Amino acid sequence: MDKNLYNFILKYSLKQQVIITVLSVISFFPYYYYLSMPKTIVNQGIEGKGVSFPIDVWGLGLLRLDHTHYLFLLCAGFLALVIIQQCFKYAINYFQGVAGERMLRRLRYELYARILRFPLPTFRRTSQGEIIPMVIAEVEPIGGFIGESFALPIFQGGMLLVIFTFLVIQNPLMAVAAVSLYPIQFYFVPRMQAKVRALGRERIKNQRRLSDRIGETISGIPELHTHDASHPMLAEFTRRLSISYWIRVEIFQRKFMIKFLNNFIQQLGPFFFYAIGGYLTIQGHMDVGTVVAAVNAHKEMGAPWKELLNHYQTREDVKQKYEQVVSQFEPDGLRGEEDQNAEPAEPVSLAGPVAVSGVVLNDDQDQPILENLTLSLPWPSRVAVVGDHGRDELLQLLARMIPPGRGKILINDRNLADLTETVAGRRLAYVGASSYIFNTTLGNNLFLGLRHRPMVPRQLDGVERARFERDMSEALASGNSPYDPDADWTDYPAAGARGAEDITTVAITALRTAAFDEDVYQIGMRGTLDPQKKPDVAERVLAARVAFREKLNSGALADLVENWDPTRYNSNATVAENLMFGTARDATYQEDNLARDPHVLGVLDSVGLRQRFLQIGYEVAGTMVELFADLPPDHEFFQQFSFISSDDLPDYKDLLLRTKPDALDQLAEPDRVRLMSLPFRLVLARHRLGHFNEAERDAILKARRIFAETLPAERRDAIAFFDPDQFTVSSSIVDNILFGRVAYGQAQAQEKIGRVIADVVEQMQLREPIIEVGLQFEVGIAGARLTAAQRQKLAIARALVKRPDWLMLSEATATLDPRSHAQVVRAVVEARKDAGLVWSLQRAADCELFDTVVVIEHGRVTQCGPYAELCEKHGRFKQMLAPA
Amino acid sequence: MSLNEEVELLRRIPLFAKIEASKLKLLAFTSQRLTYKPGDVLFHQGDPGDAAFVIIGGEADVMVDAPGGQLKVAHLKQNDFVGEIAILCDVPRTATVIAASEVTTLRIEKDLFFRLIADFPQIAIEIMRVLAQRLERTTADLRSLSAKLKG
Repeated sequence: MDKNLYNFILKYSLKQQVIITVLSVISFFPYYYYLSMPKTIVNQGIEGKGVSFPIDVWGLGLLRLDHTHYLFLLCAGFLALVIIQQCFKYAINYFQGVAGERMLRRLRYELYARILRFPLPTFRRTSQGEIIPMVIAEVEPIGGFIGESFALPIFQGGMLLVIFTFLVIQNPLMAVAAVSLYPIQFYFVPRMQAKVRALGRERIKNQRRLSDRIGETISGIPELHTHDASHPMLAEFTRRLSISYWIRVEIFQRKFMIKFLNNFIQQLGPFFFYAIGGYLTIQGHMDVGTVVAAVNAHKEMGAPWKELLNHYQTREDVKQKYEQVVSQFEPDGLRGEEDQNAEPAEPVSLAGPVAVSGVVLNDDQDQPILENLTLSLPWPSRVAVVGDHGRDELLQLLARMIPPGRGKILINDRNLADLTETVAGRRLAYVGASSYIFNTTLGNNLFLGLRHRPMVPRQLDGVERARFERDMSEALASGNSPYDPDADWTDYPAAGARGAEDITTVAITALRTAAFDEDVYQIGMRGTLDPQKKPDVAERVLAARVAFREKLNSGALADLVENWDPTRYNSNATVAENLMFGTARDATYQEDNLARDPHVLGVLDSVGLRQRFLQIGYEVAGTMVELFADLPPDHEFFQQFSFISSDDLPDYKDLLLRTKPDALDQLAEPDRVRLMSLPFRLVLARHRLGHFNEAERDAILKARRIFAETLPAERRDAIAFFDPDQFTVSSSIVDNILFGRVAYGQAQAQEKIGRVIADVVEQMQLREPIIEVGLQFEVGIAGARLTAAQRQKLAIARALVKRPDWLMLSEATATLDPRSHAQVVRAVVEARKDAGLVWSLQRAADCELFDTVVVIEHGRVTQCGPYAELCEKHGRFKQMLAPA
Repeated sequence: MSLNEEVELLRRIPLFAKIEASKLKLLAFTSQRLTYKPGDVLFHQGDPGDAAFVIIGGEADVMVDAPGGQLKVAHLKQNDFVGEIAILCDVPRTATVIAASEVTTLRIEKDLFFRLIADFPQIAIEIMRVLAQRLERTTADLRSLSAKLKG
């Protein structure tokens, strides 16, 4: 990356700069005519000075113009010049904008690409809060500047020169007088400006620290709460704000002083003209016209001069900013571009022995972590590493995440230092004690290690293709990534799959090894699928529904689930569900909106239930107020049982006080909606409030039919009806198999149902498709919707699925409970039977299953050999085995 | 059974006899009414205790694990309550309760149970009385057993 801003500009935007400059220069000509046109119109067009009418335009007698026509012709010429001049301005502005944005894009991309090449220890010293504003906000003005970096000085300088020349021709003395003060301005102002810029930099640094502070607060929010530490944070924040404030105050003082001086010097010009010119006129050495002309010319020159001065200042500012950012993005040990980009000519295999010789690694303070470590591991082998500190660093070295300070690491006779990430990142894998999960689907996280380059291009139709090609050519013009983010990037063969069709099968093996398959299955059960995309799976779910019902019936468990039956009222479902006989797919038919929906109200009217709903709403509100009024507002019962939140309860109380039961039809609309929305939420079997007798339930069944029949066409997609023969879109898979509601008050219903469901899923071979649905689950920011143990298991599965030659696990199961830990260790050791595995473990007892055990003490290998052998020998390992 | 009927039913249980109707309604509304089939287990000995049960209908057996298998130590019928020891003393379940017939119970969550005791001294006294009776009976059993052993 060029350290000098102008080199950067010329290297990547020379062509655009030339075009913009040429356009600027050409635009002088129409501009000149545009300026002189008014004079011609006034003198010749209106006053007719020096023109004799009619004018013979070409001297051939073909076109003769009288005075009026001539005026109109000149005016038309003026309009044309305005348009031409504005066209130039438009083109120049547009090209400037585009050139600047391209360069900005290139700069941001380059900075981001560098972040991806930063050596890992950099991130211990540099926080997100510092890096992000640099890439996003601080480089922004650079883009604006680049567009005009050459054109503006040339254009404004040229303008100044034109006016100056014009002045010289008029009166050389006055011309010199008009510019006589410019050198002073040019000398002093930038010097004063330099101090303002230094303050500006100070302010930016302070702002970075501010944003760093906010970022840290968000990351550490639980600690701050548990220790009541918000006030120290607030005080610290206040200090930062006050630093910013005082910097700003000083900037204001200086900046406006500069403005004052600028304007003062600018006005010194006329002062001298009037004083000296006036004196000379009185003395008879000069005429009045020259003085006025000089004042005017000086005024004319003011605008371009100011622009030039501004440009000069911005240039200094932007240059400095650029250099500052670039130097920040050049940390020691920055990896080269080829590390990211070099695609190996032929596949490199690291399936071979490991030879570590004389490796030294020091920490930030130059304290040794590993001292002259030498180790060889045969291929294939599964190695357990125990001992004291330095184990994690050793594994990171083996995975080529960090380079050794001294020494050499060979894997399969290839020196890791000579390999690029494009090889090591595919053939090796590392999982630490707490792995990062990205905010996307489970599947995307799982297959992260299989996606290096696009494998299968996207299928595009005409319009999409045109847009894609436009995007790509622009990306290439800015030196951005040439790859399509929406292509299929998954390297299926790397995982041992043939393609998209059997990747799930392969993934399940990895998930099972990491003891994560059951979790994904459960997540998938609660997810849903699109029957149009997966008709065969939907079919099997429907078959499972039938099989489930049969199993319940034959096992005398029928009363555990109340089925969705179009002809019967389901007393374990809400009134809303019974009325609609389906689930809402968007907000239209959400419970809260039903009481004000014209369609729903019409349906209730047609079966004569509208008034009854209002009454029931009144009664339910009364019961709720009676039951919950005495409870503290934050009591968990509100969340668990009440139809009315604790915030709304006083409103309802108030509503009940001012409403008489026999005057419900006179209620204001908002109150009516409030009461009427309550009955929709009733689950008769559960709430047992005694509403909805048999006749009313029958009326709801009637309403159910009318609801479906009168459903407006444009609302077809707002609801998914329950149909025994159809997959209910928008319901989860488990709900589709249940096809009903779990009956209230049946002991251990969940457990019993769970067992039957597991049976039918097995029988219908639905487990794999359900796991596939589970892989579509969005895991949330940093995987927040998964537990810590699930995140860790996902990270292990992610490393397994890409089948690395050597897999390094650095206490990767530390967050798991002891049983899962043991299970994962056993499964992973088994799975890596014919490959390489290096696992850093805490407990010596876990090493039994491994081929080789390595003991690290004080940064050196002190013992190395089979488990049984080390158990016999006197040494650290035997001590570690002994119970404390 | 509607909520009001349930309140009436609860009122007939001595434990809740003196509680005002609105509180009983809250109790009925927030407590799960669970039906167990004969042979179903209400809870196992050693499970963590999270709720107490009032038997509304049916009968159940209280069993403890003994060296020679399970030993029946008590029989529960309508209006009895069970499971309070585990939540009062915060210890695992001290016995297993198995439905002897179809049993309907009111399951009172730990939080609600403590709230009831705190709000209604009558309930606390009633529970103390039942616990004292049980202690008295256990002491009597122990006495007769020791007598048998000596004799």
